[in-house]
Amino acid sequence: MSILSVENVNKRFGGLQALNDVNLEIEAGTVHAIIGPNGAGKSTLLNCFVGRLEPDTGTVTFDGKSLLGIKPHEINQTGVSRVFQTPEIFGELTLLENVMIPAFAKRDGAFTMNAWGSVAGESDMYQKAMDMLDDVGLAEKSNDIAEQLSRGDKRRLELAMCLVQEPKLLLLDEPTAGMARADTNNTIDLMKRIAERGVTMVVIEHDMHVVFSLADKISVLAQGTVIAEDLPENIKGNPKVQEAYLGGAHL
Amino acid sequence: MDAILLQILNGLDKGGAYALIALGLTVIFGTLGVVNFAHGALFMLGAFCAVAVKAFLGFEKVTLDPENLTAWGTASEIRQPYIESWFGEFGTTLLNYSVPVSILITIPVMLLIGIVMERGLIRYFYKRPHAEQILVTFGLAIVAQEIVKSAFGANPIPQPAPDAARGMIDFGVAIGFEAGNVVYPAWRLIYFLFSTAIIAAVFAFLQFTTFGMVVRAGMVDRETVGLLGIDIDRRFTIVFGMAAVVAGLAGAMYTPILSPDYHMGMDFLVLSFVVVVVGGMGSLGGAVAAGFMLGILQSFASMNEVKNILPGIDQIIIYLIAVIILLVRPRGLMGRKGQMEH
Amino acid sequence: MKIFEMNKSDAILFLCFSAAILAGPILLTPIGAGYPDLLQKFAIFGIFALGFNILFGLTGYLSFGHAAFLGVGSYTAVWTFKLLSMNPIPAIILATVVGGLFAAAIGFVSLRRSGIYFSILTLAFAQMSYNLAYSVLTPITNGETGLQLAQSDPRVLDAAFGRDYGAVLPSPDFFGISMSGYPGFYFCAIMLIICFFISMRIFRSPFGLMLRAVKSNQNRMNYTGLNTRPYAQAAFVISGMFAGLAGGLMAVTDPLAGAERMQWTASGEIVLMTILGGSGTLLGPVIGAGAIKYFENIFSAFNEGILMNAFSFLPESLQHLAVGITSLFVGEGWHLTLGALFMLIVIFLPGGLMEGFNRIRNRFLKRSGDGSGGTADTVPAAAE
Repeated sequence: MSILSVENVNKRFGGLQALNDVNLEIEAGTVHAIIGPNGAGKSTLLNCFVGRLEPDTGTVTFDGKSLLGIKPHEINQTGVSRVFQTPEIFGELTLLENVMIPAFAKRDGAFTMNAWGSVAGESDMYQKAMDMLDDVGLAEKSNDIAEQLSRGDKRRLELAMCLVQEPKLLLLDEPTAGMARADTNNTIDLMKRIAERGVTMVVIEHDMHVVFSLADKISVLAQGTVIAEDLPENIKGNPKVQEAYLGGAHL
Repeated sequence: MDAILLQILNGLDKGGAYALIALGLTVIFGTLGVVNFAHGALFMLGAFCAVAVKAFLGFEKVTLDPENLTAWGTASEIRQPYIESWFGEFGTTLLNYSVPVSILITIPVMLLIGIVMERGLIRYFYKRPHAEQILVTFGLAIVAQEIVKSAFGANPIPQPAPDAARGMIDFGVAIGFEAGNVVYPAWRLIYFLFSTAIIAAVFAFLQFTTFGMVVRAGMVDRETVGLLGIDIDRRFTIVFGMAAVVAGLAGAMYTPILSPDYHMGMDFLVLSFVVVVVGGMGSLGGAVAAGFMLGILQSFASMNEVKNILPGIDQIIIYLIAVIILLVRPRGLMGRKGQMEH
Repeated sequence: MKIFEMNKSDAILFLCFSAAILAGPILLTPIGAGYPDLLQKFAIFGIFALGFNILFGLTGYLSFGHAAFLGVGSYTAVWTFKLLSMNPIPAIILATVVGGLFAAAIGFVSLRRSGIYFSILTLAFAQMSYNLAYSVLTPITNGETGLQLAQSDPRVLDAAFGRDYGAVLPSPDFFGISMSGYPGFYFCAIMLIICFFISMRIFRSPFGLMLRAVKSNQNRMNYTGLNTRPYAQAAFVISGMFAGLAGGLMAVTDPLAGAERMQWTASGEIVLMTILGGSGTLLGPVIGAGAIKYFENIFSAFNEGILMNAFSFLPESLQHLAVGITSLFVGEGWHLTLGALFMLIVIFLPGGLMEGFNRIRNRFLKRSGDGSGGTADTVPAAAE
């Protein structure tokens, strides 16, 4: 069953056709990787899923509901979380607070005037956030200020912020970019564990090691068009992909 | 028809002042990325340059005339400005033309003030949050106006226009109205022409010089310009100095229209900010257009016919327009997406 | 366990705060501030700053028009005295409510933009209110003279309860206790303590956490399923209510209201109080408000005679020079000091006095071998 379906999506920036009739079906419970050369339109496509951009034409349907014309926070409330290329976190707040905020958002909705309660008294939320931090290996740093984290830790924190919401669909924009090998492997392990819980994931990634260790299915985007969509083992041999993506070289 | 024309004319001088201040604010914000709440103070300092020049030229020599006794039986005083006793006729002329003459002093003084301000304070705030920029320049504006207050007192100091420009011009006759219908104070017309000339000069400078080209490029994308290896810092200083000169000139020439006092800068600053916002932050053309537009609207709103229908409209018209425009076009009249936004 | 610790330290902080405020007349006498007029100002501006801090300190939205809400509160309170009752309770309730409504309207428009646009919009609105109060709204505000009580006011509630003030001009009283002098101060002090408590609850609440998130990263908030606008709007209204209450209390202690209270220099002053104390901290704004009002009082009282005495130890020529320079900053020149202070704080101590205290404490702790230093930069979060 497909949880996210993208039909005939077009997006134009001035003279540049960033997305050209993109069709995509993401199966529930799978890890779907989108790969493609720089400027292929991968991030643009992701932006169309979370309400940052509105496609010129076409539809994006998540879980039976259209994602077009609704605001980013409304999209998130339907169960879509996103990890950004440069981590978007609450830099001035502690790690614990960073994770508690999305937990509250999940529980209380887009706006709740809970001005009389006490954050410290919310032991459920506290426990949930701490467990999540533990999951990504940041539990000891829970009282640190997020801004002071290393880049890799910031990514893990952002991942924790998304996961604590138990999203139905998790979008990841190059989750391992700029990470050292060991860190990358940790992240792959973490994502595998997430996938085992049945979270659907869409991953944009350049690192083929990451892609092939995680993906159940791969779509290849080139110049705004999906040129191939297949299982990982078949993608490697696809001549169209080799042509467009690597100029003929072998993967 | 002639009434409408008269109101348009009435709005032009004020609009010119708004446009000149707003232009400086826009350039400073666009290139340096600084919100300058002290820009009104620069306008005020310019006005007080004119006051100082007048006071300086007007130093009087007091001689006692024992032949002429006053009613109290003391020798009556003869007061004569030194400048007249030294230069005679020329001195009188100089004194008469103190406001235009003060331009010569205003330019170097304001340039110096601008450069000192930028080097001494503003440059440390390029990378700080906008809130802190606003606060520190707000503090600076208070300091400037309080210093002026302690030096010149709290009361407005009238500055007469030169005799030749003190009268009215029957402007209507020139464009086919009957005599006496469109009568307009000469100095206001001069101020309007003066402000247009300055605006034209600023635009020409930005358009046709290499320096101006760099400044414009900097307004579009500061980082790239920095990457080109152009010494952007020194240019920023000069840009700030020039914006200070423009604001100062606007203030100095405005003195015959509005007697300057120490808080005139604050009054104009608030309105000029509104002008910038209405015009579209970062748009030079927008700043000028909005300046004149709001000046003219303000003069229309102060017509009795309008006030009878909408009492108090003259007090709030500018703010009202600003609110409406921001609701309809959040980026202002000529603001472009992505510019000056974070 | 962790929860208990938090609550305990907050309780101690609250009790200490209350005790310090109530003991204000005694504690502040040695520094010459132990008289009711000034104490009332401390409490009133403390409330104003607490409210401003909920907006600026937590959400980071810099409003330059908060004096408008103060003014509206004052006008409302005086009208309540005139029309309903000389009892301060209805006056401050209505002042708070009207301040809040006014803030809701202005906030609705201003919060469509953020950053400098927001500051300029609030500034424009405040200036507009000020201009209106001086012109068209003269029937409500009594223009330049300011709104005053009159012996012939209806005071329907008082009349209904058979309260008659006779032929004298009435003044606000709390069931027979006149609201001038120390009773007035204690009335304001209790309000300040209540406001401090509310502010503390907000700081510690999930709502407060969201407000801090607004300041930190609105983008992330949106992609986390949170709608930032209502949060900012709520903070704006709450701070408007605090300002309305402060304005109401001004009228309670001195029943007249003038438009000059709404001028944007007054808005600037409240910004200064908040950042001087430390925006985003719980106690800072109250301390900042107290400090500014205290120094305003001291500095404006100075005149040349006092200065001549103060510098009498210098040789005469130096004495005149010293007096000449300092007299720029005191008396009439108090605003110059205020402006200079503004700049110095923003340049050298953007975190305010609270950050200063923490820096000193951390240095001290470091020296005594405790390794817990280095958190000084995180003061706003560690509001104590």
